[in-house]
Amino acid sequence: MNTVIHPDATTEKPALTQALLYLDGVSVAFDGFKAINDLSLFIRPGEMRAIIGPNGAGKTTMMDIITGKTRPDAGTVYFDGKHDLTKLDEASIADLGIGRKFQKPTVFESQTVADNILLALRGPRDAWSALFGERNAIAPHRIEEILDIVRLTHEQKRLAGDLSHGQKQWLEIGMLLAQDPKLLLVDEPVAGMTDSETEDTARLLKRIAKDHSVIVVEHDMSFVRALDTRVTCLHEGSVLAEGQIDDVSRNERVIEVYLGR
Amino acid sequence: MILSSLIRQGGSVHEIAARWFVIVLLAAIVLVPVLHLMVPEGSALHLPTYAVALLGKYICFAILAVALDLVWGYCGILSLGHGAFFALGGYAMGMYLMRQIGTRGVYANPILPDFMVFLNYKELPWFWHGFHSFPFAFFMILFVPGLLALVFGWLAFRSRVTGVYLSIITQALTYALLLAFFRNDMGLGGNNGLTDFKDILGFTVQAPGTRAVLCMLSLATLLGSFLFAQRLVNSTFGKVLIAIRDTESRTRFLGYRVENYKLTAFVVSAMMAGLAGALYVPQVGIINPSEFAPANSIEAVIWVAVGGRGTLVGAAVGAVVVNFLKTWFTTGLLAPYWLFALGALFIFVTLALPKGIIGALLERFGEKSSGLKGASMPVAPVSKAAE
Amino acid sequence: MKLRTMGKWAGLSIAALVLMFMLMPFAASRADAAGLIDTAIEKFLADSFTDTDAAVADVVASGAQQSAAILDALAERRLLFSATGKSVSYTDAAGKVFDARSGLPIPAVPADAQIVRVNNRLRGTIAAAIGTLTLLSPDPVKRLSAADSVFKSRDAASLPALEAAMAAEKLPNVKRAFAAARASVLLASPDADRAQQVAAVGTLAERGDQDAMALLRGVASSAIAPEVKQAAELAMSAVERKLRITNVVQNVYYGLSLGSVLLLAAIGLAITFGVMGVINMAHGEMVMLGAYTTFEVQELFRAYAPGWFGWSLPVAIPLAFLVAALVGIVIERGIIRFLYGRPLETLLATWGVSLILQQAVRTIFGSSNREVGAPSYMSGAFEIYGLAITYGRMWIIVFTLILFLGLLAMLKLTPLGLQMRAVTQNRRMAGSMGIRTNWIDAMTFALGSGIAGIAGVALSQIDNVSPNLGQSYIIDSFMVVVFGGVGNLWGTLVSAFTLGIANKLLEPYAGAVLGKIFILVALILFVQKRPRGLFALKGRAVEA
Repeated sequence: MNTVIHPDATTEKPALTQALLYLDGVSVAFDGFKAINDLSLFIRPGEMRAIIGPNGAGKTTMMDIITGKTRPDAGTVYFDGKHDLTKLDEASIADLGIGRKFQKPTVFESQTVADNILLALRGPRDAWSALFGERNAIAPHRIEEILDIVRLTHEQKRLAGDLSHGQKQWLEIGMLLAQDPKLLLVDEPVAGMTDSETEDTARLLKRIAKDHSVIVVEHDMSFVRALDTRVTCLHEGSVLAEGQIDDVSRNERVIEVYLGR
Repeated sequence: MILSSLIRQGGSVHEIAARWFVIVLLAAIVLVPVLHLMVPEGSALHLPTYAVALLGKYICFAILAVALDLVWGYCGILSLGHGAFFALGGYAMGMYLMRQIGTRGVYANPILPDFMVFLNYKELPWFWHGFHSFPFAFFMILFVPGLLALVFGWLAFRSRVTGVYLSIITQALTYALLLAFFRNDMGLGGNNGLTDFKDILGFTVQAPGTRAVLCMLSLATLLGSFLFAQRLVNSTFGKVLIAIRDTESRTRFLGYRVENYKLTAFVVSAMMAGLAGALYVPQVGIINPSEFAPANSIEAVIWVAVGGRGTLVGAAVGAVVVNFLKTWFTTGLLAPYWLFALGALFIFVTLALPKGIIGALLERFGEKSSGLKGASMPVAPVSKAAE
Repeated sequence: MKLRTMGKWAGLSIAALVLMFMLMPFAASRADAAGLIDTAIEKFLADSFTDTDAAVADVVASGAQQSAAILDALAERRLLFSATGKSVSYTDAAGKVFDARSGLPIPAVPADAQIVRVNNRLRGTIAAAIGTLTLLSPDPVKRLSAADSVFKSRDAASLPALEAAMAAEKLPNVKRAFAAARASVLLASPDADRAQQVAAVGTLAERGDQDAMALLRGVASSAIAPEVKQAAELAMSAVERKLRITNVVQNVYYGLSLGSVLLLAAIGLAITFGVMGVINMAHGEMVMLGAYTTFEVQELFRAYAPGWFGWSLPVAIPLAFLVAALVGIVIERGIIRFLYGRPLETLLATWGVSLILQQAVRTIFGSSNREVGAPSYMSGAFEIYGLAITYGRMWIIVFTLILFLGLLAMLKLTPLGLQMRAVTQNRRMAGSMGIRTNWIDAMTFALGSGIAGIAGVALSQIDNVSPNLGQSYIIDSFMVVVFGGVGNLWGTLVSAFTLGIANKLLEPYAGAVLGKIFILVALILFVQKRPRGLFALKGRAVEA
């Protein structure tokens, strides 16, 4: 623990009200195995953060906790300085403005690309409006705008299940955009993508990050480098190092447990 | 005019199938009374009484199938207890019909139905009050199944009971009701149920005119249920249902309250099933606890599977086809083999024809039939992504 | 296999008991007997009701070996007297002739023999006399029933014989019965000593069953002496307490019995559903096949080896396992393997299988119930501390537990069990380690089905063997497995017995049907509260 660049409490910790996402002392165990161990993390509004770390470091579990899928055993999780995420369910958390892209692209395969975006579009989510109300009166141009951004305009009538792997990743990012959340959680967006697709994705994410907060979990170091942003390295459920990519990648412990020599 | 416009419009195979289904139903609504009441009995075109009765029965089953398809085919809730909602609607109608008998019963008691006199009831149980009035009975036909579905669904969906667990407890639900309705203390005729009906809204239940009208009403209700369900699944609501069916947790992360959507679909479906049961009872002349038997509910599932889950037309057609086969088998020399045939049908459809007859046909004729890509296993919880 | 050894044990212990009693000295003075029998014979010869009455008393008092036979013959009009030969003789039920004086067989009835007449009053006397006589019978079971009949008749005349029998009695339980009978007689006779009556109340309180309770209630309301009345009232509350406990214990026992039936039905399902995740709706039909196998085996035994009927169950157990396991393999290879990962489809397809199996059995065996017999060790009952326990139910509880432990050991200790667990936990990993996962699937399903078949053997002893047998268990079995927690055999055990006992404890208050409905509703609510059951496994492996 000698040269670790810790999120120093005195200098870096933003005031509770300033942090968009605030995790403090979070722990969760499955059958005795500590998946997350005293994890603390702060994301400022408008910040983009890349999370790296070996398998089993707790990256996905952390996302599960933020999105309400998993309840932590201890610790506090606040969103926007006032919402206790540990008390809310997935739908309420999504409603607050946290969107999530899964590790394995998860789209509605038996529905068209356009319908996938339609389902994700920001707006009332209750059953009544979906039945008779405004959900059915969404302007088509909103869908087209998003399809244009993720370059799926020509695929909009196709079933999402028929898309290629990379297209599904982009569709899911498109769905995130449609949700227009304050915070985007993006889990391994370039897994299985070609190099050029990876570059495009990095560009897209940076563009999104201009007016959203983003957390990206990724293994691909060149991609993380391309994002050119603050990096947090997780290990065994807690923060091992945090800082600019060059600092983190020079960190002894990070090299030892993750990057390799 | 409407007919020609219905036929001429283009559209996807699903839309075409739905349109033809509507046309056939409309034609049947007109033809059944004409062929039954106006064409003389000797004529080859005359529709005999038994055929009207059978058709009416099949149509009621078709309504049940559409109701079941709404939750199973579109929302992935495999209910093995939909027969319970059907039977509850039937009992509500049966109670109305019992009250209409009045003094014409064997014991000629103006208030109490025969079985209550027989069982030494002194007065009408509280829950029988009001059933002499048709509007009240009609309300209860929708209310009782709807309420049960609401309570059961609220508990189940809120605690995220899904898949086979849900199927097993829906089966336990109808089984518990079966046991309850067998009891004489239930005040609903016990083992024998409710029967010996005399008239409905003043018309003799057995009269040919009444039968034809009941059959027509069933056809009209099927049409109404179909159009309503169609509207439902084509709205964004339906898209959310399919989203839930395919990837429930993804839908949650998009901010949808999955339990509310499921609950809405479940309650609507239960009320539809109740309506089907209510139409069924005056046409077959009896309602007894065996309608709650778990086997009945599973049989209804196979109608939907045969026709094609996730296609409303398929569900209705499946119900009519399977029940036609059943009648054909069980009235002839082949009667002992019906269960073999039904059993084989279960196995064949699940193994070889996962989309059902109509589903397979639609897929063959349309290049891209919307909404059915995942129909071979629409209920599997796909979202492992986050694990 | 297990049943056979258990049967042997029961047989052995009973034989030992009988031997003990046969050897027990049972003496009455010979000389005395001869004299009294002679006077009795004189009196029978008179053929007047009064004399015959006196003769009956003499016969009883004589203690002669043929006494019981004489009285039986008299009651059934088989006692004959010959006025000319001054002899009395009787025939037994088979028609053989005996001399009453000596009790020895004689070739024929004398020519002028006439039946000794009896009237209704005499019949009463004779019945009581036979009751008294059996108090001295060498057979403890007969002595017990005689004590019981005195307990009920409360005939003061039997008191001397009763006291004599009590003095001679060595068996503690028979002695207790005699004491209770004596107490009952004493409390009924108005001229009994008060101290004796108070003591009698104490004896009854010790007996503490429903009969004693009724008797005490009578005493408490009618006794003249205040101290007797008070003693009776005190005793009543003691007995009542004891009865209430016995009642609960009895219901718990019935619950264990029902629980073992539930466990039997569910244990195979705990493998196929719990371990493999296959929803086998034809599970009940596997049980049914086991029951029909038992029926067939018994038919063969009846036809070819009726003397060995007791062996029919031990033989049926492996056969039922094989039959059900083979059908299971066919179902798994033919249908289920195409549907792994699609539980709802499996549910529908196996429902189809269940319809076919039911109809096949109906076609072959007919739709009516088939008679499956109970070997001697499965019938009969015994009583312990006021609990009535039937052998059939008891052996089924024991058998179920042995089957459960055997299965558990199989899964934990054998290579097949290890491979099964490996495949269910991580199919791909197991496959890459050289385990033939397909084969393991088939074997696991065969094991679950075969165990259901064995359950069928046991259930054939207590349920109707008909094509619908399986249907009546399927919902219960699924509820047991789900309640216990899928994939957890111990959970299934706890769940089955919990449900069984809860059901039986509810029954006295709610009735059988309503009790069952309550349990079902409670289960439905429970599953909604804890969808993973009582003992849920955690982690990702169970996310099926």
